Amino acid sequence: MYTAADPADAHAHDHAPSGFMRWVSSTNHKDIGTLYLWFSLFMFFFAGALAMLIRAELFQPGLQFFQPAFFNQLTTMHGLIMIFGAIMPSLVGFANWQVPLMIGAPDMAFPRLNNWSFWLLPAAGTLLISSFFVPGGAIAGGWTMYPPLFIQGGIAYDMSILSLHILGISSIMGAINIITTILNMRAPGMTLMKMPLFVWTWLITAFLLIAVMPVLACAITMLLTDRHFGTHFFDAAGGGDPVMFQHLFWFFGHPEVYIMILPAFGIVSTIIPTFARKPLFGYVSMVYAVASIAFLSFIVWAHHMFATGMPLGGQLFFMYTTMLIAIPTGVKVFNWVATLWRGSITFETPMLFALAFVFLFAIGGFSGLVLALVPVDIQLQDTYYVVAHFHYVLFSGSAMSIMGGIYYWLPKWTGHMYDEKLGKIHFWLTTIAFNITFFPMHFLGLAGMPRRIPDYALQFADFNMIASLGGFLLGASQLLFLYNVIQCVRGGAPAGNRPWEGADTLEWTQSSPPPYHSFVTPPIVK
Amino acid sequence: MRIANYTDQCAGQPLCVRRLLFCMPNALVFTSAFLLALALALIAAPARADYALNFPTPASGLAQDIYDLHILILWICFAIFVIVFVPMFVALVCHRKSLGHVAAKFHDNLKVEIIWTIIPTLILVGMAWPATNLVMSMKDTSKEDLTIKVTGRQWKWDYEYLGDDIRFTSNTTTPPEQIDGAQAKGENYLLEVDHPLVVPAGKKVRLVLTTSDVIHSWWVPAFGVKQDAIPGFIRDAWFMVDKPGIYRGQCAELCGIGHGFMPVVVEVVTPEQFASWKDEQKKLLAAAAVDYSKTYTMDELKTMGAKVYTANCMACHQPNGAGIPNAFPALNGSKLVRGEKSAHIERVFNGKPGTAMAAFGKQLSDLDIAAVITYERNTWSNAMGDVVQPTEIAALHKRSQ
Repeated sequence: MYTAADPADAHAHDHAPSGFMRWVSSTNHKDIGTLYLWFSLFMFFFAGALAMLIRAELFQPGLQFFQPAFFNQLTTMHGLIMIFGAIMPSLVGFANWQVPLMIGAPDMAFPRLNNWSFWLLPAAGTLLISSFFVPGGAIAGGWTMYPPLFIQGGIAYDMSILSLHILGISSIMGAINIITTILNMRAPGMTLMKMPLFVWTWLITAFLLIAVMPVLACAITMLLTDRHFGTHFFDAAGGGDPVMFQHLFWFFGHPEVYIMILPAFGIVSTIIPTFARKPLFGYVSMVYAVASIAFLSFIVWAHHMFATGMPLGGQLFFMYTTMLIAIPTGVKVFNWVATLWRGSITFETPMLFALAFVFLFAIGGFSGLVLALVPVDIQLQDTYYVVAHFHYVLFSGSAMSIMGGIYYWLPKWTGHMYDEKLGKIHFWLTTIAFNITFFPMHFLGLAGMPRRIPDYALQFADFNMIASLGGFLLGASQLLFLYNVIQCVRGGAPAGNRPWEGADTLEWTQSSPPPYHSFVTPPIVK
Repeated sequence: MRIANYTDQCAGQPLCVRRLLFCMPNALVFTSAFLLALALALIAAPARADYALNFPTPASGLAQDIYDLHILILWICFAIFVIVFVPMFVALVCHRKSLGHVAAKFHDNLKVEIIWTIIPTLILVGMAWPATNLVMSMKDTSKEDLTIKVTGRQWKWDYEYLGDDIRFTSNTTTPPEQIDGAQAKGENYLLEVDHPLVVPAGKKVRLVLTTSDVIHSWWVPAFGVKQDAIPGFIRDAWFMVDKPGIYRGQCAELCGIGHGFMPVVVEVVTPEQFASWKDEQKKLLAAAAVDYSKTYTMDELKTMGAKVYTANCMACHQPNGAGIPNAFPALNGSKLVRGEKSAHIERVFNGKPGTAMAAFGKQLSDLDIAAVITYERNTWSNAMGDVVQPTEIAALHKRSQ
């Protein structure tokens, strides 16, 4: 993307290695950010390919292509890889590139730790993916890994536990790095309440990561000892309780959902003001809303477990706390709409993605509210309604805002403009195909189709066929995205320092691409 | 020409109003067409179950209350959706740079922020009220008319009528040929069983649920009941259905390779029919008691064993006994099956801890176990030529006591 010989680079004296070793030994936040993003893009396509296989099998009732054992591996690995391999690393990639640039810092606080955080990922990813090829195949008990089913599996289950441990270490180190960078390395004059919202969302997300990744690590270690060392944490025959695993898992799992959506909020809150040419409405309330969502995320976990049969008091408590999340989330949506109101709006590709995010994420929010109500949840738990819900928040929420963020900052990162027309085609195909795929799943769930089944009763056939067709289109459209990104990296119209006239954060004061070491002298923020 | 049209229609109007007037008819036509199609689909839904858009027709009071609560919430969400996204739509149409709209400068308004924090809070309280009442009645399993113990097993349900000494296993009856596509799929494909749960109409039925292996979830959508069954623990749920009929559902918690093939079928009958059904079941159970004095022949055992195999073993070990490589061992040519009879009996009776192989000693009758072992030892290319009698299994019971 740029070379060490760049005349703008005042620090060419540090003799960075070139070629392969540049990437392996890099301690530069931009290089590492790029590595994170390419890694997540690869994982996105890999897990997306698994989704294509799932939709192929579900195209018609009956077993056409795969036996149930392999089908369960597909759904489990699709979920695990999308969450831990695609969404989370891509957001860390954004943090690596953008946090130092947006706060006027030269690099991350711990550059070597940063290198190690990234290079753990390919190791963990390889371990996870190679578990497809061990005896018995990959894990097939669902990404939630509930025992006792999880205890029954083969060696792949141990490989996945190890892989998750490595991913967890990487996340915790990344989070420590991000927090330290944000708290210590802001440009003079940039108080906390002057930070761009994207930086705020990542600060809070990093605290969530540090709080919950150890809980996941504990839970899966207990699984491991139950599997091999004769403990009975989750085995009633030895005095344990299988439901305790679910409590531990979701104490991690629910904040995890916000780990994947809060930085997406940050991206959208950056894009919308830029293309509305108007400052973000209610900055302070946005910060408080993010913080409240993060706090609430710790006291709602058991809403994933209403069907396990909690006591009445438990069900009511978790229903009420879950409903409360609608308030700060609503505030955010209202603020985005108010930012658009009386703006001077244009519709470049990043803006299209951000607008689709607001609209479709709201649908996911509403279905979340429906699911929060215990009686309705009892009907919908473990059905395709839930599948629809979490794809509305995770695909049209996280993934589409990530795509919007890529289009938004790609000119800054590469120095070239992407193909706007192709970007728009990619946007429309993605949005339309996404809705064809996932909207009918609401109806399937309401009508009574359970999730995680390789074959279904005949009354579900029509909507499944529609969803599969939409899914294939959705998968194919992402090839346009890949092509557009590669073309943009390789060349294109020069972007200039500030391709978006409404953009006002610090990174746009730098050249495009920014010098290898940016903000060597800290800017003064007034 | 679009442009000409648009100027003609709205001549003399401010630019934004013109734009709206031009856009609105199109948007309105699209939106109303969409809503109309949706409404028609909703009306036609009962007639065309294939495109069902909502919960199945409720059969119990609970399911009806859930249905109504869901519709109420849906309308509230729809209203909020309109209130939020109409301004967004107006802004996207009117406040464009291409229309020369200049951005305003405002970016804060405490009063507005307070209003749109308080109003949603009030709406939520309004939603929580009916939901709370409904949760309380769902959790109230007291004053039941009869109690049935439901035990999930990979991948079937055991039902036991507490106090009546009636127990049976409910297995899927969808043939593998229909699943593989070799046969046309039947009307109740994947949602049919050999022995449905039979309950009386108009009586409060309390279920107590558990499982002998992994977590399962007993679910009949028309009843509004979904309850996980947890190994080592008892959970309960209840339903009361007034209208006799057959109601179908399936396991809702991922429980391994047979998860999609674990239907729940409930037959609701009149209390009189229920009473006579109970008598009949008791007679059948008495008749099916194992006669230990009898010596069974190879053919008798193999015929019975084939049925037991299909119901209990086939999902993992496969119809041809080949298993699934690296996941479920083959029985055809297996060392264990072709080895000592006692080792084979031991494995079926006690299972293999830490794997999906259950301890069938507690689940099947001695005759069933004897039959299925004889079947496995003398089918496919296995030809051990020996038979296992129920008395040999009974001996194991004595030893384990």
